[in-house]
Amino acid sequence: MGENGDIVGRSVKEAAALIRQYFAEMTQAREEGRPTCYVYVMGSFASLLRSFGILPVFSEVVALNTAVRKVAHEYIGIAEDYGYSADVCGYVKADVGLYFKDGDHPMGRIPRPSMAVITNACNTYIKWAEIWERFYGVPIMVVEIPDPSYPGEPHGGGPEDEALYRRYVMDQVWELIHLCEKVSGRKFDEESLREHLQYENEMKRHYRRLMELNKHCPAPFDALSHGTAFLGIMNALRGTKEGAEFFRRAVEEMEYKVAHGIGALPEEKFRLFLTGVPCYPIWRRFGEMFNEKGGNFVYSTYMAFASGGGDVDYDFDLERPVESMAEGVMREVRFGLSRLLAQPQCLSKMAEDYQVDGVVFHAIKSCRTVTTGLAESRLVMTHELPQVVTLYLDSDHMDRRVVAEAQMKNRIDAFFEAMAVRKLAKAQER
Amino acid sequence: MAMIFVAGVDVGSTQTKGVIIDQEGRIVGRALIDTGANVTMAAEKVFTLALQDAGLCPEQVAFTVGTGYGRYKVTFGNTQVTEISCHARGAVHLFPRTRTVLDIGGQDTKAIRVNERGDVENFTMNDKCSAGTGRFLQGAARALGIPLEDLGPMALRAEKAVPISTTCTVFAESEVLSWLARGRKVEDILLGVHRSIASRAIALLRRVGIEEEVTFTGGVSRNPAMVVAIREMLGIPVNVSEESHYMGALGAALFAREFALAGASSRR
Repeated sequence: MGENGDIVGRSVKEAAALIRQYFAEMTQAREEGRPTCYVYVMGSFASLLRSFGILPVFSEVVALNTAVRKVAHEYIGIAEDYGYSADVCGYVKADVGLYFKDGDHPMGRIPRPSMAVITNACNTYIKWAEIWERFYGVPIMVVEIPDPSYPGEPHGGGPEDEALYRRYVMDQVWELIHLCEKVSGRKFDEESLREHLQYENEMKRHYRRLMELNKHCPAPFDALSHGTAFLGIMNALRGTKEGAEFFRRAVEEMEYKVAHGIGALPEEKFRLFLTGVPCYPIWRRFGEMFNEKGGNFVYSTYMAFASGGGDVDYDFDLERPVESMAEGVMREVRFGLSRLLAQPQCLSKMAEDYQVDGVVFHAIKSCRTVTTGLAESRLVMTHELPQVVTLYLDSDHMDRRVVAEAQMKNRIDAFFEAMAVRKLAKAQER
Repeated sequence: MAMIFVAGVDVGSTQTKGVIIDQEGRIVGRALIDTGANVTMAAEKVFTLALQDAGLCPEQVAFTVGTGYGRYKVTFGNTQVTEISCHARGAVHLFPRTRTVLDIGGQDTKAIRVNERGDVENFTMNDKCSAGTGRFLQGAARALGIPLEDLGPMALRAEKAVPISTTCTVFAESEVLSWLARGRKVEDILLGVHRSIASRAIALLRRVGIEEEVTFTGGVSRNPAMVVAIREMLGIPVNVSEESHYMGALGAALFAREFALAGASSRR
């Protein structure tokens, strides 16, 4: 082991171990009959659930791991045999397949839910939860998150309605608390919530720091592979001591790498930006096609919205935990969505901040929420940052039938050729 | 000083093309064959045929660039460049005022914005589906039992195009047959097929932004009805060369010339 061996690369290994541990915890919860709650990454209320001893089961994380482990088609096939269309969200179909396989998953045995909590962050969430209601016969709580239009954010507007909206969300959170009391058989413990929120605060502070560190050249981590591992922990261990410790150590590693000029790749030739969701059916190969040409993803919108707004600059006020949680979730969901809904306004700034050479827009067939606005974003970016090369890829996050690797590779190679020409021209101008 | 010759081999999904040029960029040999199942063999064969056409032996070729889907199977080549960059380079070589390239091949359609040097500035392609590519024409030819090369001339004899609404290559065949069953003329159906492809290709061009001059390349550019459809629907002149079908291979050869003159060693 080299002189950097103890620290460089440890966060990826630790993330993998913690994700395995999370799946083991789900398996154990099933065996022991521990209460569980099906949640989504945007607006999971994980800290609140954990304060009741309810294990949050992140359905998107469970589903995507079937694709990473190359068995998603088995689950999707079951759902399609049952009657779901090829165009329905791959996550939903993998989850339906999971129900018919009685929770059998390549990483463990997924427990049935005791309840589910969802937000309106994604329109599919609501229809998906209706399926759970029918399959499992458990209570479903829909928390509607309004759009407070914070000043300075892409939606525009002023803060005048924020108090009203906060109150609206807080009333729903109290309803959720009553449901959790009923499901768990425990009384609400404000001190326990405060403790989990404190861990969540720590996690998010570190997460923001990580994203800031990647502005360095070379960037210390790959926002595609490492970044996805980070957001996995941000969700699965949200509000836990282990999660806070993981991110503290991850920041330590990345600060070390920055201080020693160690990049994610041996040579960072091109700084890239990913918009959308990764291509999980060819997870490793997808990253390799960029990395082997010296392209490193220094930023991804996925790290923002799929971490449940983990990068949102908001610390829970532990003196007023319920109210602050309502406010925080409101901001996380809305700001997370801003990366989706107001991309044209956000992306150019992020591309400049991170000094990117190229932006990859990854359209995924079975997700309209993430994909619909990509063409518009690409056009805006092309006009605002003509020096940045863009690439539009079509595939899917779950369904290998619509992933054409040869075509994808061809486009990626041409993207690198165009970036190389642009870089050369820039160098000649100097 | 001895004349330098270089080669470009474009291994496409349907056909494989080979071009040999001299150091002035003049084409001295060319060849075209169906790709078939053995991609490496197709590349070797087309290279041999192009050499024969040029009256050269392999040792006289200083550098070879592979392009197209099978570019990594051009095992005797020195390096690879994507056909996107090659079509751009070839188009600007033949038509120096080209700023937008439309390439319609067997399973890909590409819209490419280029600069005056032939460098790619932006590009977009059809998605995973082969709708709007040469494959769409093949489907129609099969459904109608007409040789592929006759489609264009027949479509030019049409009086009124039949609207082809499907974008799916497979469903196009059944739509063509349904129009036949309704008594529409084959020529009118074919014109509809050509316009359907042209409309999808132009949508791609609009995505990258159309700047004159536009040069049309790829195997489908040999189809006269497609050239007319593109010109009419775009409303501007479109360059088409006798060599358009070889544009990818020509571009690859131009890259090879660049590498050879720069003294590049093999990057295999």
